[in-house]
Amino acid sequence: MTDPLVRPKRKNPLKRMRLPLAPPAMRSRTAHGLTAAAAEGKFALQVCVDCATVVYPPRDACPSCLSPRLPFKPVDSSGTLIAETIVHTSPEPYFRERMPWRVGTVKLDAGPSVVAHLHGDAAEGARVRLELKLDKSGAPVMIALPAKETPNMAEDPQLREMTCDPKFRRVLITDGRNAIGQVMAKAFSKAGSSIVFVGIADAWKPFPGMDALRKIDRVEIVALDLTDTESVSEQAEQNGGRVDIIVNTAEHVRAGGFVDRHGLTVAREQMDVRYFGLVRLAQAFGPALRMRGADGVNSAAAFVNLLSVHALMNWPTYGSYSAVEAACLSAAQCLRAELRPGGVKVLDVFFGPLETEWFQAVPPPKVAPAALAKAVVEALERGLEDVFVGDIAEDVRQRLAVNPKALEREISN
Amino acid sequence: MVAARKPYDGVVACVPVTIPYRRYSTNSAHWWVGRALHALTRQAGLRPKDIDGLVLSSFTLGPDRAIGLTQHLGLSPRWLDDVPLGGASGVVALRRAARAVQAGDADIVACVAADTNHVDSFRKTLSTFSRFAQDAVYPYGSGGANASFALITRNYMNKYGAKREDFGKVCVAQRDNALSNPHAIMKKKLTLDEYMSARPIADPIHLFDCVMPCAGAEAFLVCREDTARSLGLSAIRVLSTIERHNAYPEDPVQVRGGWAVDVDDLWAMAAVKPDDIDFVETYDDYPVISMMQFEDLGFCAKGEGPDFVRAHSLTNDGTFPHNTSGGQLSAGQAGAAGGYLGLVEAMRQLAGKPLGAPVPGAKLCVVSGFGMINYDRGLSSGAAVLARAA
Repeated sequence: MTDPLVRPKRKNPLKRMRLPLAPPAMRSRTAHGLTAAAAEGKFALQVCVDCATVVYPPRDACPSCLSPRLPFKPVDSSGTLIAETIVHTSPEPYFRERMPWRVGTVKLDAGPSVVAHLHGDAAEGARVRLELKLDKSGAPVMIALPAKETPNMAEDPQLREMTCDPKFRRVLITDGRNAIGQVMAKAFSKAGSSIVFVGIADAWKPFPGMDALRKIDRVEIVALDLTDTESVSEQAEQNGGRVDIIVNTAEHVRAGGFVDRHGLTVAREQMDVRYFGLVRLAQAFGPALRMRGADGVNSAAAFVNLLSVHALMNWPTYGSYSAVEAACLSAAQCLRAELRPGGVKVLDVFFGPLETEWFQAVPPPKVAPAALAKAVVEALERGLEDVFVGDIAEDVRQRLAVNPKALEREISN
Repeated sequence: MVAARKPYDGVVACVPVTIPYRRYSTNSAHWWVGRALHALTRQAGLRPKDIDGLVLSSFTLGPDRAIGLTQHLGLSPRWLDDVPLGGASGVVALRRAARAVQAGDADIVACVAADTNHVDSFRKTLSTFSRFAQDAVYPYGSGGANASFALITRNYMNKYGAKREDFGKVCVAQRDNALSNPHAIMKKKLTLDEYMSARPIADPIHLFDCVMPCAGAEAFLVCREDTARSLGLSAIRVLSTIERHNAYPEDPVQVRGGWAVDVDDLWAMAAVKPDDIDFVETYDDYPVISMMQFEDLGFCAKGEGPDFVRAHSLTNDGTFPHNTSGGQLSAGQAGAAGGYLGLVEAMRQLAGKPLGAPVPGAKLCVVSGFGMINYDRGLSSGAAVLARAA
């Protein structure tokens, strides 16, 4: 059984802060097939197309038949932990600081033996299931979990190194004026976040849901206007050192493309709220986030981008909106590289059209704001990097993987 | 139909050379290779240009390899080989050199293994050891070989009932053997109590199960018997050798090595039995691997390693003398030279000129090698039966 996590005490500013260190990050190009699976929380190994042998560690030819056709495919992740060791000494500073560290050999039912990190409840000789996770370097690793759920399972220290669990962490929701921000506040409060900062621009202006928002446990309303550089800097100065997770809920949804619209007003506003807002957040909060990536139980953990799935393929009905989302996606890729040295993850949550007023004319299926919030919390709890929420998002993802050109043609009809 | 292995008639190994180990060295691997070759030529009474074959093993020569060393050291061999097999390097170098000499491709082959050990070179070697290690082992606690062998040891204990005391006995006996070896890095007697109470490294591996990484070199020559005689060198005959890589990939954890595949050939070719052997040099990068070698080389059955150890003293003056210069556990592991240590010691014992305590009546021995934890197990294994020249 895992010891329950203790709510961290107030930080002593005179004590040395633990600086982020990185576990070994080098991987072969082929091994990044594991990175792709881990980013979406899937368990995939190479499976030989010609002889069905399941292959691990990643290879460039099948060790059974020498076939070069070894795509990564979902594989049964259950197995038996046949040997374990507690590592007490290591030349790598990251592990030295976290000793002792348990690893073991798992014989997968699917075939290969896998050296894996061990959850505290995974016992030698017992059945386990493997999960692929991204570690503090953003590199893919295997962790063996007990076959069945155990009490406080998510609070295991080795597992928590690979997740961004909101429990006892302090979250900043950047815009609470919209429905998404409000359900997000509720979801993080429920997930056990110790403070839920909710940014409100022009607090004197009332907005729908204001009273309900204030009543949510541990919500703290703070002044934040993403279109105002000074406002973002001020908020970072006040709370930047105690924000562990940022969820950017700013939105600017308008229908329409480019040819039938005159002037740049809408496009500029969209860029200001979404793209420049993201840049302002990154500049103001990024340095402290990256510095605090190993700062105890409530270390900085994640930056969450809510992105329309049409960032991946422009939807001309919402053409300008899609283009701005694409700019935000590109910025998020850069931010991911910039925050990685701190062990801070950038989570991109791709959603289809939402059940909100700005998608009024769009037929279902649509994503309810609460479903989006639930997906964000779950993705953080699992330590994911890319999530697709809703049927449309999943549809776009799959069609993009098969034939992007077909998707481009079909999406404009 | 498999062709029979041809004997190594008329080929001998001679001039065992050890360049005393140092815990850390500021010198390069090239320097250690150079010193070993210098010692070989001086002790054999040869000029450098008489060496027309060279086989080299080293982890720390980078970016150079054997070819770069020919120019660096001014050699012009007509036969050259690189043996990057770690602990199996000695046996493999011997058998390749023997065939080259036998075939007339070279007259005098220098076999050299050398590595340096800078203050941070061990960590660097670990993190870039192999692609599988980089992708699938090193990110997991970075325990290196300690953690990998801990899993092998734990599984062996679970499966065959070996106890820490059994591994302790191997280590303590080797330390006793090392005490008379002036080159051994470890100079103090080790008791079983000290072994048992040592700090854990990666359970069940504790401090004295681990070798001490250091810098050093080992070398010998392979030539025709008549060449050795004309130079006045004591010669060691090669009765048989085996080599095998990546054996038993289906075993979920390593419980046996490639010796088990070829062991019948080893004994048949040498025309001797395990009982005839006077002493054994195994590759001991952890005591569990020595125990596996006792089993796989046919001294006892699989799973009987622990009982076998309990039944013997393993010391030079006792029953079943084993790792007679202290092995790597007590003499130190100078990188690839660790794969030569037992072979060079065996040559000295057979010639009656050991560095330390002699094995009484040492005429016949087995040397075995094991190396290259590429992912979760050692891939290379080899063994040779050697005899004192009549």
